[in-house]
Amino acid sequence: MRDRALIFAGLVFFLGLVTFPVWYNAASGARAAAPEIKLPPGGTCVAPTDYMKTSHMSLLVQWRDAAVRENNRRYTAFDGKEYTISLTGTCLKQCHTNKAEFCDRCHDYSGVRTPYCWECHVDPATVAQTRAARAAGANSSEVVHE
Amino acid sequence: MNRKEFLRLGCFSMAALAGRRVAAQAAARRWAMVIDARKCLKEKGCDRCIQACHRVHNVPDFPNRAHEIKWIWKEPFQEAFVSERGPYVNEVFRDQPFLVFCNHCDNPPCVRVCPTRATWKREDGIVMMDWHRCIGCRYCMAACPYGSRSFNWLDPRPHIARIDPDYPTRTKGVVEKCTFCEERLARGQAPACVEACEEKALVFGDLEDPGSAVRELLRTNFAIRRKAELGTAPEIYYIV
Repeated sequence: MRDRALIFAGLVFFLGLVTFPVWYNAASGARAAAPEIKLPPGGTCVAPTDYMKTSHMSLLVQWRDAAVRENNRRYTAFDGKEYTISLTGTCLKQCHTNKAEFCDRCHDYSGVRTPYCWECHVDPATVAQTRAARAAGANSSEVVHE
Repeated sequence: MNRKEFLRLGCFSMAALAGRRVAAQAAARRWAMVIDARKCLKEKGCDRCIQACHRVHNVPDFPNRAHEIKWIWKEPFQEAFVSERGPYVNEVFRDQPFLVFCNHCDNPPCVRVCPTRATWKREDGIVMMDWHRCIGCRYCMAACPYGSRSFNWLDPRPHIARIDPDYPTRTKGVVEKCTFCEERLARGQAPACVEACEEKALVFGDLEDPGSAVRELLRTNFAIRRKAELGTAPEIYYIV
């Protein structure tokens, strides 16, 4: 064990290098910025915020099974209020009209791959944008033809 | 608990069970459609029902016929009713366009072959699709003798003229078909095609209800079904 000093020095150097980002951030006092989420104006969600933060995906799966497989489209919320089970109709249209600033921002921040809900379910805002873009495209191509 | 109490409890529970069964039977439904071909063929080239269905369900319109998606469409009589085919049979109907779509069979072969139960028969007879579960194996398409199912070879969204946000689109790799407008039935509305038909050639109703319009039509008219000899028990009836 003649190289003991060398080995331990190397280990310490390696650990220091690996944990460098942690030290650096602690020393510079920088904090990771929380995602800027635009909350919908007023009102309450179908479940308390804490529950929705951690378990909205389970609730959506329950909703999916109830509506599609059990043909049950009524949901009684924690406060006794009744809602229609519909991702676009209830969640997006009545409350989270800003999917891009609410759902997407948090999903991007936490690095959760955009769920494939939106490959089929429609965000009315995106559709309106696409329609406007298409209309604009059609108009400009008409101009070119003229 | 003595013997008397035991017997009393037993009698009550049996009565309660029987009561529940009777209640379930009273609520039983069997959705079906009767198409009055005499009325349907009146206006040549009318496709209001097809337009209405494809509009509310975000059905794409692919330029390539190989990618075609259809929920409801027209088929010449001899193609729709192959068992009625023959050089001299039903000449009056030859090449006449007959409205065809999912027959919501009572014995649906598509349901039997689906490995994920993405398609199944509901208690009210609707052969339902759960696009969340469809893995795109297309066994159901091979099993369906009516060609009622279409597969999304491509992303359908760019080919939908006007997306209705209230109904989901489908995605590449899933099979789709008519669902008897189950989302409209849940809201107490009639299917979109029935509502769109100005001739009232399409009549939708409950076969379990002896007083329903469909039962009345079937009682008083001669009606045929597509390939009923296959044992699929199709539930779309055509008055010819």
